Amino acid sequence: MSEQLVTIEIDGREVKAKAGAMLIDVADEAGIHIPRFCYHKKLSVSANCRMCLVEVEKVPRPLPACATPVNDGMKVKTQSPLAVTAQQGTMEFLLINHPLDCPICDQGGECELQDVAVGYGSDVCRYVEGKRVVADKNIGPLVATDLTRCIQCTRCVRFGAEIAGVRELGATGRGEHMQIGTYIEKSVDSELSGNIIDVCPVGSLTSKPFRFRARAWELVQRDAVAPHDSMGSNVHLHLRNGEIMRVVPKENEAVNECWLSDRDRYSYQGIYSEDRLTKPLVKKDGEWQEVDWKEALEAAANGLKAAAGGDGDQLAALVSPNSTQEEIWLAKKLLQGMGSDNIDYRLRQGDFRPGQPDRPWLGMAIAELEELDAVLIIGANPRQDQPLLGHRLRKAAMKGATITYINPLQLVLNYRSSQWVTTPAGMLEELAAVGKGLNLRRGIIAQTKAEDRHKALAASLKEAGKAAVLLGPMALAHPDASMIWGLADAVAESSGATLGLLPEAANSTGAGMICEAENNGKVRELLENPRKGYLLCNLEPSLDLHDPALAGKAFDKAEFVVALSAFRGDSLDAAADVQLPLATFGETSGTFVNAAGDWQSFAGAAKPLGEARPGWKILRVLGNVLEISGFDQDDCGQVLAEIEESLAGRKPENKVKVDVNEERWMPAEGMARIGDVPIYAADPLVRRASALQETVHHVEAAVRINAETAKGLGLEEGGQALVSQGDGQATLPVVIDETVPANCARVQSALAGTEKLGAAFGAVTLTKA
Amino acid sequence: MANEVCLRFLGKETPWKLKNYQSYGGYEVLKKILSEKTPPAQIIEEMKTSNLRGRGGAGFPTGVKWGFINRDAPGKKYLVCNSDEGEPGTFKDRDILRYNPHQLVEGMIIAAYVIGANLGYNYIRGEFWNEYRRFQDAIDEAREAGLLGENILGSGFDFELHCHLGAGAYVCGEETALLESIEGKKGQPRFKPPFPAMVGLYGEPTIINNTESLASVPVILEKGGEWFKNLGVENSGGTKLFSISGNINNPGVFEVPMGIKFSELLEMAGGMKDGRPCKAVIPGGSSAPVIPGARMLDLTMDYDCIQKAGSMLGSGAVIVMDDRQCMVKVLERMSYFYYEESCGQCTPCREGTGWLYRVVSRIENGEGRMEDLDLLDDITPKISGRTICALGDAAAGPVQGMLRHFRDEFEYHITHKKCMV
Repeated sequence: MSEQLVTIEIDGREVKAKAGAMLIDVADEAGIHIPRFCYHKKLSVSANCRMCLVEVEKVPRPLPACATPVNDGMKVKTQSPLAVTAQQGTMEFLLINHPLDCPICDQGGECELQDVAVGYGSDVCRYVEGKRVVADKNIGPLVATDLTRCIQCTRCVRFGAEIAGVRELGATGRGEHMQIGTYIEKSVDSELSGNIIDVCPVGSLTSKPFRFRARAWELVQRDAVAPHDSMGSNVHLHLRNGEIMRVVPKENEAVNECWLSDRDRYSYQGIYSEDRLTKPLVKKDGEWQEVDWKEALEAAANGLKAAAGGDGDQLAALVSPNSTQEEIWLAKKLLQGMGSDNIDYRLRQGDFRPGQPDRPWLGMAIAELEELDAVLIIGANPRQDQPLLGHRLRKAAMKGATITYINPLQLVLNYRSSQWVTTPAGMLEELAAVGKGLNLRRGIIAQTKAEDRHKALAASLKEAGKAAVLLGPMALAHPDASMIWGLADAVAESSGATLGLLPEAANSTGAGMICEAENNGKVRELLENPRKGYLLCNLEPSLDLHDPALAGKAFDKAEFVVALSAFRGDSLDAAADVQLPLATFGETSGTFVNAAGDWQSFAGAAKPLGEARPGWKILRVLGNVLEISGFDQDDCGQVLAEIEESLAGRKPENKVKVDVNEERWMPAEGMARIGDVPIYAADPLVRRASALQETVHHVEAAVRINAETAKGLGLEEGGQALVSQGDGQATLPVVIDETVPANCARVQSALAGTEKLGAAFGAVTLTKA
Repeated sequence: MANEVCLRFLGKETPWKLKNYQSYGGYEVLKKILSEKTPPAQIIEEMKTSNLRGRGGAGFPTGVKWGFINRDAPGKKYLVCNSDEGEPGTFKDRDILRYNPHQLVEGMIIAAYVIGANLGYNYIRGEFWNEYRRFQDAIDEAREAGLLGENILGSGFDFELHCHLGAGAYVCGEETALLESIEGKKGQPRFKPPFPAMVGLYGEPTIINNTESLASVPVILEKGGEWFKNLGVENSGGTKLFSISGNINNPGVFEVPMGIKFSELLEMAGGMKDGRPCKAVIPGGSSAPVIPGARMLDLTMDYDCIQKAGSMLGSGAVIVMDDRQCMVKVLERMSYFYYEESCGQCTPCREGTGWLYRVVSRIENGEGRMEDLDLLDDITPKISGRTICALGDAAAGPVQGMLRHFRDEFEYHITHKKCMV
């Protein structure tokens, strides 16, 4: 679009605008309201609702402002008789078939049609014929349909085609018979599907879990930051009587734009799940007993002190990267007060060899992702891991970026890309070959051969205006994560690309800054050499750790384990001696640092359930009970100020110092486990979000292998396989899955049934059970 | 003077066969153009001279339209022929496809040569299965003879032509809905601008012409634009195919010079059935407002004259009704058509066509109220001119026309709950 400025006149006001800009955008900018339904600033212009018709001088017919580009000297009237008659006419047509039963509509009170009808509708309906009725469709557990209310604006259809990148909804039928639907009954499965609720201007698409549970005017709106992936999506919490009734996006162009992933939108249901921990618990003679806070805190303090026995190194803290900065900071401080540096947040990492970045991050602002021309992504499935980061990458791809994936899985993507699918061990070869394509010679690069595709990728990274090499969660969980960092760094450096990480959790980047990986504990070491006392924060041992079998043994051996947790679960019940009920998403104040290093603080909004308390408060009081100094903060802000002072402006950075000639821990031969984390199993909260668990993305533990591998092992779909990893075993159903490379078994992590297994990625054997 | 252009071989032995078409002089113009490498600009000038106006109904000058495409610009260009004649009362293109398909193929190759398109489609109405087969046969024959495909007649010009059968939606006759349909999408008109000449099929510059327009091209270029223009009258050059139907003795397609008197055309069609008086005529397909018979008998069949009478020549579909026809029933049927055929994207058309139909239907069925007529008067201008394509106007036109000329019949229906006739 031309940058040339033109002057136009709207309703007698002179307005400057970019030549070619659409009239509706120019009017919006100038604060002149033009009613609209089909227009949405993030979607293509369809110009079909005809609500934004305005008068343009010298044009006999009213023109749709959404599809009329401005040109110099244009004179526009939005309130002239011609414009207003046209707008009122459209309004009348929209209402003739719309059920005028706002009091029983879930959208009532926050409905664009209702609002605009107040301004442009008549108080008398001249339509006395029968109204159109449309049968509702079941499009899954997240979005409810009430299609009789549909005004055919097609925003939801365009959202699917243009933003979600999957054409799941469409319009069938002509004229009055035009209906929104999936044609053949199916659910809408996009990871961004909930956004169709927001774009729907009427009550045709509404939130199924929220439906009929509250009226818009009963709700109080508070700001928060989504607690799952490293996007740090800005959200509005809608509360009634201190309870979160729903979550909707808060617009932030730099972060989530106006969108929200389904995980961030619907996970709030987990807050009110039945196994929510609402009272402090102490294990007495093997039995859990509810106690008051005082007793619990004293038991925790005494237990930790006794376990340490004066040797701080006997204590370790494992904190979830979904914890707030304040929680992580105070946990670290608490341990330091007891003489220990053993704190770590890298729960799903298996390789802690030195030289990996201390404070890894995306390496750029989120919006910069869409400006990339060439991207190499290793060990990641951003569409599932960080859906809206995935959306930014899709935007880059739609603009023509070449995107290449090196993964141990074939991904289902919604844009054009190259996917190099190989075994976990093979990922290193592929990456090294790209290095070879860049004429590098060091370490294992020298032993690989660059094929044409490697050379082509090397050239495209080198020649691109903006290029990036991005690592994802599967790269970090890889037994040779340090080698992957090293190779990726070599490729990025020699091609001039930016090296970045697609972190998995809401506060991975922030946790890295506090924990300073090199100086502090390393999860694997802290479990391989069991400590006597553990502090666990916001995690479930069997589901949130890289090697649950190892963790189980360590916690069994430990003398004392205190857990801050929002939920009860079998593995925590088994591991812990004291459980302190933790306030969770929406209930606690705090700060998350997202992938791009943006610090985003939020206040507590909802009333913590039962006796649950914000983590920073629990840790602060525990510090007091332990009589450690520096635990006098009165509010979260003071904790944050302390962190900021201590970090003294330190920024995240991806500095890698890995010799790419290290020993490789992932055996090149034999069966390899691929233990990626399913989208709705990523953390304790989302695992309990009931509607999300009813979607097609809910998975049960299974062994997924391709048909060829299955044949070789004598396994078949529906049969059972015995999975052995070290001395851990599990019997799981076999699923034939052609997205898995040969000689690999995709046994996803974070699922019930995999507790006894070892590392998420590593050698594994399969036999018929 | 009849049947000089598109139907010029009518009556000859199977003119739809390539051999016969060629023996009557077919493809000679194309051969000449390709061998002489006639400058496209010269052909466009000739077309402009002929004053051929688009025969699909809108009447846009064909030569001017061709000039919108820069044939030398890089990138793909497409030529599309609109044979989706779905306007109720129209059946003229069907006869071209049936009896003279090669002339259309020849016209398309020439048009493609002019605009620099190497790929063309002929979008044929879904109900025209036999015509689709016949046209496909013609394409196959032409390809076999080296008239289509790569390096046509050794000229270095490539043009491939495909036949695309529609699926029965009236709205796909609207050129941009037609493009959507070819692309495999739901047939819905696109917002314009951009016009197809800029952003057309698959986003590339595209010229869309009606069957009759394209089939006229070889004859115009053979006999000259001046000759063609002089067949007709001022502002309406050449001949036109009229499909005349209704209460007449000999309904059918007649290719006659523009500006012919309606009474003459009626005469050719055998006059009124049973000698009844001509009560009303729809002169240009169902979207054209009705004209009372007495008035119509004084008019000539050309763009200007019909427009002055408050209607339009449209596609040249003339529907003649005698005094036994109830205008309310006629309007009910037509309104039902537009209600069923609205594509549904624009609010005024989607909702308005249903509203119009239901009100007219109520009147027809004796449940009308006098205020319904004012309601119809009020709704129709809120549909016309407020939609992406002209279907909204087409739905409103008949209602406005009927109420203008036959309001008394509607009032009678409302008051007496029965028909006047």
